[in-house]
Amino acid sequence: MTASPHDRTDTPPRLVLSGISKSFPGVKANDDISFSVKPGEIHALLGENGAGKSTLVKIIYGVQQADSGDISWDGKPVSIPSPKAARRLGIGMVFQHFSLFDAMTVIENIALGLDEAVDRDELKTRVAKVLQSYSLPLDPEREVHTLSVGERQRIEIVRCLLQKPKLLIMDEPTSVLTPQEVERLFETLRQIASEGCSILYISHKLHEIKALCDTATILRAGRVVATCDPRQETTRRMAELMIGAELRQIENAHSGRIGKRRLIVSGLSLHGEPPFGTSLRDISFEARAGEILGIAGVAGNGQAELLGALSGERLSAVPNAIMLDGKSVGSEGAGERRSAGLACVPEERNGHAAVPDFSLAENAILTARYRLPLAPRGFIRLGAVRRFAQAVIGRFDVRTTGPGSPARSLSGGNLQKFIMGREIGQEPGVLVVSQPTWGVDAGAAAAIRQALVDLAAKGSAVVVISQDLDELLELADRLSVINEGRLSPPRPVAELAIDEIGLMMGGIHGAAQPEGAPPHA
Amino acid sequence: MLEWRRRREPSRAMLYLSPLIAIALTMVTGAMVFTAMGYDGLTAVFDFFLVPFLEPHRWPDLGVKAAPLVMIALGLAIGFRANVWNIGAEGQYIMGAIAGTGVALATYEMSGWWILPAMALAGILGGMAWAAVPALLRVRLQVSEILTSLMLTYVAVQVLYYLVRGPWKDPDGFNFPQTRMFTADQTLPVVIPETLVHLGIPLALVIAVIAWLVLEKTTAGYAVKVVGLAPAAARHGGFSAERTTWVTLLIGGGLAGLAGIFEAAGPFSQLTPQFPVGYGFTAIIVAFLGRLHPLGIVLGGVVLAATYVGGEIAQTTVRLPQAATGMFQAMLLFFLLATDVLVRYRIAFSARPAKVVSR
Repeated sequence: MTASPHDRTDTPPRLVLSGISKSFPGVKANDDISFSVKPGEIHALLGENGAGKSTLVKIIYGVQQADSGDISWDGKPVSIPSPKAARRLGIGMVFQHFSLFDAMTVIENIALGLDEAVDRDELKTRVAKVLQSYSLPLDPEREVHTLSVGERQRIEIVRCLLQKPKLLIMDEPTSVLTPQEVERLFETLRQIASEGCSILYISHKLHEIKALCDTATILRAGRVVATCDPRQETTRRMAELMIGAELRQIENAHSGRIGKRRLIVSGLSLHGEPPFGTSLRDISFEARAGEILGIAGVAGNGQAELLGALSGERLSAVPNAIMLDGKSVGSEGAGERRSAGLACVPEERNGHAAVPDFSLAENAILTARYRLPLAPRGFIRLGAVRRFAQAVIGRFDVRTTGPGSPARSLSGGNLQKFIMGREIGQEPGVLVVSQPTWGVDAGAAAAIRQALVDLAAKGSAVVVISQDLDELLELADRLSVINEGRLSPPRPVAELAIDEIGLMMGGIHGAAQPEGAPPHA
Repeated sequence: MLEWRRRREPSRAMLYLSPLIAIALTMVTGAMVFTAMGYDGLTAVFDFFLVPFLEPHRWPDLGVKAAPLVMIALGLAIGFRANVWNIGAEGQYIMGAIAGTGVALATYEMSGWWILPAMALAGILGGMAWAAVPALLRVRLQVSEILTSLMLTYVAVQVLYYLVRGPWKDPDGFNFPQTRMFTADQTLPVVIPETLVHLGIPLALVIAVIAWLVLEKTTAGYAVKVVGLAPAAARHGGFSAERTTWVTLLIGGGLAGLAGIFEAAGPFSQLTPQFPVGYGFTAIIVAFLGRLHPLGIVLGGVVLAATYVGGEIAQTTVRLPQAATGMFQAMLLFFLLATDVLVRYRIAFSARPAKVVSR
């Protein structure tokens, strides 16, 4: 299909892509991709990580150039050599990772993001007008580090709206939002669309796409596999199109037998590291043998700090703030805690859970040497290390050429499988894992979740810290929510309603909501 | 059009080739510069880089100059691997020589096999003590060890000047600013008779092998590499960055100190104000030329030793100034840093970057 200004409708499509291809050394990221977006349409671009969504939007936004293919805009062929050119055409983009300066105010950040210098007072008036016409709650004079993630996202949206865009690209906008914030965002997006602005909505969350979008283009391995009306399709069918295989259900091996308390955290408090770290305030919970405890929460509410405090990267002044199988480990270092049976997996894979420049075998040494005889008396036994790494690779189906390949050569999902395998292979009594399936394709995510369920079934206590509520609802027996460094008391998942969790994520703990606290959603 | 393209993977071939390219560029540029200055540039470069290797009677001298460079560079490289930037090896080298000389002067008129080991031990401790200051300041107060270690070098030089002109001046030395000559028991034994080849040369090779084994086969070496490559991962794996800072600075200082006392007890046989010849700084070039790898450092040490030996040759043959040695060394480091870009980038010839073609 080619760009034709003489379609049956009178108005030409806002954007037409035909035959877009883009290769990187060793991979064809986009392979002959064609679709079009009509004015005022909310168009979903759906696909797994690595399906080519990011490359495609980078081409549309002028960040990268296609190897071949045509773009036409309002019926006219165009070339988009830079993001600036894209903005001139009327394309705005809200990235998944915001580019904001924490120490500056909202209005200063907006001013910095504009292509032309705008008088400060005039900018204030224009921003106020945008905020009012879309009823966006946002104080232009607040410093960014005091804002919630949802509010930060609004800055990026306002930045785009100031340019009066005709196409707004939203890249995974809901990955860090509470359910209430998501609903609020959708209202804004619907209003923007109703004024004729097209929206290209990138996501892999099917229920959101069903709720919001008019059309969905599904990508797999760089190619368009289907274009459909998401309101007419089942989520299961879209998921299968996206994955290219039948969806595997997790077998819940929960025997229902919850055993003794293996990890008891009581009154754990830690100051956040300056400048913008979150302080942990009086955190208490327990994790019992055979159960999976979920900890939900919006990013940046103390998850990283909690994981660091549990793993021993930061020590507590109170030894029995953390009790592991009856032993006080609060003041013990990471090594001692691992020897005692507490394994942790931080969210960031590259440079935290694993060393990108090291081979997989060398990465096995990083954490497994405490519980396995990989380096007795400080001398590394390369044979044992390689055998362990090979066993992890085999058991967790890690796609790699072998234990000698560098961690950086693996895809995110494969590296995550290796890291999870490394920890589970040590048979820890307690496993704490943050964002176990973040950025992992659906197949690998299912394998990782299954491994967590199996580990719990064998009598370990598993704590899963995640921003993906669906994941927690699927996995966890009990759920707590972390908000501004405070943890709500865990409650059985079966008793919780989604709305209630959402409110807790936004900082409203049932009746305990303090008077006059600023609402976040 | 010529452009830099980022490599998907850092090139291993370039990692080993870039030192060779840097050496070649240094030779070419050196020849051009000295020709332009009116010297016989080609002969100068030939004398600098090739004569020391081609004439066998120069080899012992090459070894004598390479030994301290290799020892110091090994210690520095371990630190550099852990992101600990000890730039003050020259000062630690001087303090090692001073501490060892202190033992030599105290044991004057004594004899025994134990004197030389005691001097070596004092040399190691002297270097370590000088490196402990930057370690303490970095760990406790987050002061950059780059600055503190460098500045302490100049303090060490002044301490040396004070001692050889004051309390340690040879009473029988006609008021020359120098210490007593060391006795036979205080001097490094020669391992190949009739040559300058002293015990320090085989010892430098042994230390290189040990350093290689420690880096590759022990958790201590593993800790150094993890702390340097990924500090957060090191913390996660239970390795302490503070401990690594201490250990690597002390190793670097200790090896520099050992090299210092070996130089004093070897080629010099006393301390004089001419003692600091910049081995501590040249060793930084050796460490990088050797790719921070112990066995590469042995090769790098020999190359830099050649610039000292060749510098002396070129002074007599083409009357090059002594400063030419420093110039060649600096050029080598400059080109090495420049060619290291090739490890991560490649040069591509292309028409124009591909574009979205409008039809």
